[in-house]
Amino acid sequence: MSGFRSSMRTPLGRVRNLGASHSGTTDFWRQRLTAMAMTLLIVPVLFVILTLVGRNHAGAAQILGSLPIAIILLLFIVASAWHMKIGMQVVIEDYVHNEKLKLASIMANNFFCFVVALASIYALLKLSSGV
Amino acid sequence: MVEFALPKNSKISGGKTWPKPAGATETREFKIYRWNPDDGKNPSVDTYYVDVHDCGPMVLDGLIWIKNHIDPTLTFRRSCREGVCGSCAMNIDGQNTLACTKSMHDVKDGAVKVNPLPHQPVVKDLVPDLTNFYAQYASIEPWLKTTTPTPQKEWKQSHEDREKLDGLYECILCACCSTSCPSYWWNSDRFLGPAALLQATRWVSDSRDEATGERLDNLEDPFRLYRCHTIMNCAKACPKGLNPSEAIAELKLKLVERQM
Repeated sequence: MSGFRSSMRTPLGRVRNLGASHSGTTDFWRQRLTAMAMTLLIVPVLFVILTLVGRNHAGAAQILGSLPIAIILLLFIVASAWHMKIGMQVVIEDYVHNEKLKLASIMANNFFCFVVALASIYALLKLSSGV
Repeated sequence: MVEFALPKNSKISGGKTWPKPAGATETREFKIYRWNPDDGKNPSVDTYYVDVHDCGPMVLDGLIWIKNHIDPTLTFRRSCREGVCGSCAMNIDGQNTLACTKSMHDVKDGAVKVNPLPHQPVVKDLVPDLTNFYAQYASIEPWLKTTTPTPQKEWKQSHEDREKLDGLYECILCACCSTSCPSYWWNSDRFLGPAALLQATRWVSDSRDEATGERLDNLEDPFRLYRCHTIMNCAKACPKGLNPSEAIAELKLKLVERQM
């Protein structure tokens, strides 16, 4: 804040700065798309989780081996990881103002969400294929 | 990072309590933010007592009474005193509003607390520096842009199209909304804020304008537009009863619409 105020650029020059990036709408749309997907998926996902409670590995593998159940869980993993990535990026952009720290945080956020999603997908596929 | 504490030289310390007006039978206490750029001191909050029987009912009446009867150095902006010019926007009892349309009797408990609009540099006392705010308004190019040669008479507009500007054209640019918005507090160097975006919607919605696409191009940016998280402090603060959040949602909808 203080830095940009003390600059000798004109106020309009400061506001226009590097111009509009012509992006953001895709993330805005995807955030709503994944939110809607999770709203629809949360009931079946909770149902699956409740049926898994108290079962052993073989029992869990049997339930997750069902194609519709595996697909519901996979869709939920993808939607939630994507939603988490966009949501966290918004928080970082809101509050982290140091450019280097911001870029590093956004990069770390991308890596984290990708790893969480892939690890979850791998675990699910492993269980559902009974390996 | 976001700043959760005021800078050292902005911390409020002390403040003078002015004597009650002589002969007043009923007074109202005002606690007013004071800062003078010339004395090198930190801001303070001064306490004044207004003779309610000698003063109009609005907070602005109280401020003018204090300036005329107690302390002529008290500095604030005011002009129309009827909610049209937007000059006397300030934070009263924790809410951004216009001092001229806010009754001091609506402030229920204790003193009437008056501060400048939040998170803007202060010029003196209750006068904020709105240079950035006005530059943001200028950046949305708030005028009719056309390529078609100007007609002999006026640019025509149907009644239905004119109605689309209702709830948008009434904005008086008092800055109550933008300075109440947390997204604007943290990112006012890049986020245009509710007031400028409501005005942008006003021009994007104008059936006579031929630069709708260019206007949307200029707004499509994670910071300029998408810092708005529909917190809706803007709608709560607006002394004209407008809803900038809704106007911004309209912009977002149009941007999605042109991609689908």
